[in-house]
Amino acid sequence: MTATQPRLRAMLSLSITAVFIVGLIASQWLLADSAQQMQFDARLAPPSLEHWLGTDALGRELWARTLAGLALSFWVGCLAALLSTLIALSLAALATLSARLDALVSLLIDTLLSVPHLILLMLIAFALGGGTQAVIIAVAVTHWPSLARVLRAELWQLRQAPYVRISRALGKSRWFVLHGHLLPHLLPHCLVGALLLFPHAILHEAALTFLGFGLSPSQPAIGVLLAEAMRYLNGGYWWLGVFPGLGLLLMVLMFERLSSHLRRAL
Amino acid sequence: MRLIPRIAKRLGRLALVLLCVALVSFGLMMLSPIDPVDAYLGPQVAQVSPEQRALIAERWGFDAPPAVQLGHWLRQFASGDLGWSHVYNQPVSDVIGQRFQRSIVLLAGAWLVSALLGFALGVMAGAKEGSPLDNVISTYAYLTASTPAFWLAMLAVLLFSVTLGWAPTCCAGPAGVLDQDVTLATRLHHLVLPVATLALLGIANITLHTRTRMIELMRSDVATHAFAQGASRFDVAWRHGLRHASLPAVTLAFASLGELFGGSILIEQVFAYPGLGQATVAAGLRSDISLLLGIALFTALFVSIGNLVADTLYGVIDPRLTTGGS
Repeated sequence: MTATQPRLRAMLSLSITAVFIVGLIASQWLLADSAQQMQFDARLAPPSLEHWLGTDALGRELWARTLAGLALSFWVGCLAALLSTLIALSLAALATLSARLDALVSLLIDTLLSVPHLILLMLIAFALGGGTQAVIIAVAVTHWPSLARVLRAELWQLRQAPYVRISRALGKSRWFVLHGHLLPHLLPHCLVGALLLFPHAILHEAALTFLGFGLSPSQPAIGVLLAEAMRYLNGGYWWLGVFPGLGLLLMVLMFERLSSHLRRAL
Repeated sequence: MRLIPRIAKRLGRLALVLLCVALVSFGLMMLSPIDPVDAYLGPQVAQVSPEQRALIAERWGFDAPPAVQLGHWLRQFASGDLGWSHVYNQPVSDVIGQRFQRSIVLLAGAWLVSALLGFALGVMAGAKEGSPLDNVISTYAYLTASTPAFWLAMLAVLLFSVTLGWAPTCCAGPAGVLDQDVTLATRLHHLVLPVATLALLGIANITLHTRTRMIELMRSDVATHAFAQGASRFDVAWRHGLRHASLPAVTLAFASLGELFGGSILIEQVFAYPGLGQATVAAGLRSDISLLLGIALFTALFVSIGNLVADTLYGVIDPRLTTGGS
């Protein structure tokens, strides 16, 4: 395998993902509110040329709703992953300041990891009263520990690195060392970490919404679509359940690929 | 033996972590904008005067400052009283006990199947990197690792229950039959699909890890030496691979209890299986704070014990880790 190949692959999957994201956002802009438009003469219509992925119980087009749901998932996932990375970075930096803070942070990590993710998510969403904001915060607060561990280990190692010690010995300030030496080194880790978090974030958002703790039922989120599909499952309306989930799976897979390619390339 | 002080230290840590879980979840409940008195009263709230409300709040201690409430709760908790669940109208400990009995069957079944099958698939895939079998297994593992649990369960219901009619769509037994009259065969019949979907998701993780370890081994000096002596791939996989890969697999199986439990919440919801997961959702949606707190602590205990076992087993199987290596 040549050295350029992983970079090429990463570029390829990056461009595919970029096209997908741009398409998704553009579709939301072009479609406006067609995800909510009801057609009472075409309720629960199976997939056909006229209704591409079929319609739901109120005659709303499933393909428009699925796209809207994916766009919602994307935004929620983005914000949550970003917030989570920030938490991980700041706590990892805090942990390297002193041994006592380190013990505190690792106790926090142990506490968070000892409760099943979904239960913690439910507790936090419950505490914040549900809604989009609550989901974003809940997902962000629960997903940082693994990244924080990586960053903390990296920071410990970097602090012992000769160039950092020389810099300190030359009288550079802590802020300069952090800003000038450590952060540039940590950024690729943060980027890959955030990308790795992203699929988990959107899966957990969908799960939380599916259970009824997340986005409100009036929003066309994937979790809401699937929760609605549950009610029509026994009637054999298979398209309601299959397509939104398939869309979510494709999106998650795309980001998984992207992050694994990027990790190899960086 | 360094093992006993090690375990004692871990147990101390476990107690500390559980205390933290209690504090954090209690704090979250305090933060919640949902009024516990409203939640208790439900639609009857319109018939209750403000004076009566204040009386209820006083009787339950909701008018006291949070620190005092926490003290009350911890004291009761220490004496084994988890409080009263207003959704099920039963003591919380009873609800958790009954529900967990049902869930444990589902969890244990899925856990065993996913650990054994995941390990076997991982060994098979890793024994010959790049073979068609490896490609099929890895693709499968990557796919299931990104599949939403509840969606897979919905697909299973659609295919096996609605279309093919092989398995029941819901619950732990047929509707309208008393719990004690349900035969073992019917119970198992209702369990097959939930266990299978839950296991299917757990397999991926163990398979991928085991596969990595096997590939590592197949490239190591040990394997090269064995190959030079004329051993086949099967020999190497069987004699060296199993032992080499079993350690991370066992650890992972115990460490993934939390994920398994999270999955079971979703699966129980899809199959309407009356286990602890469904009780958690009901408690959350209907603001049953004492039940929610009880379940959070109980699952934290469950997961922590899993992690403890994983750590201890690691030490027992691989003595280098306890003595600090050489």
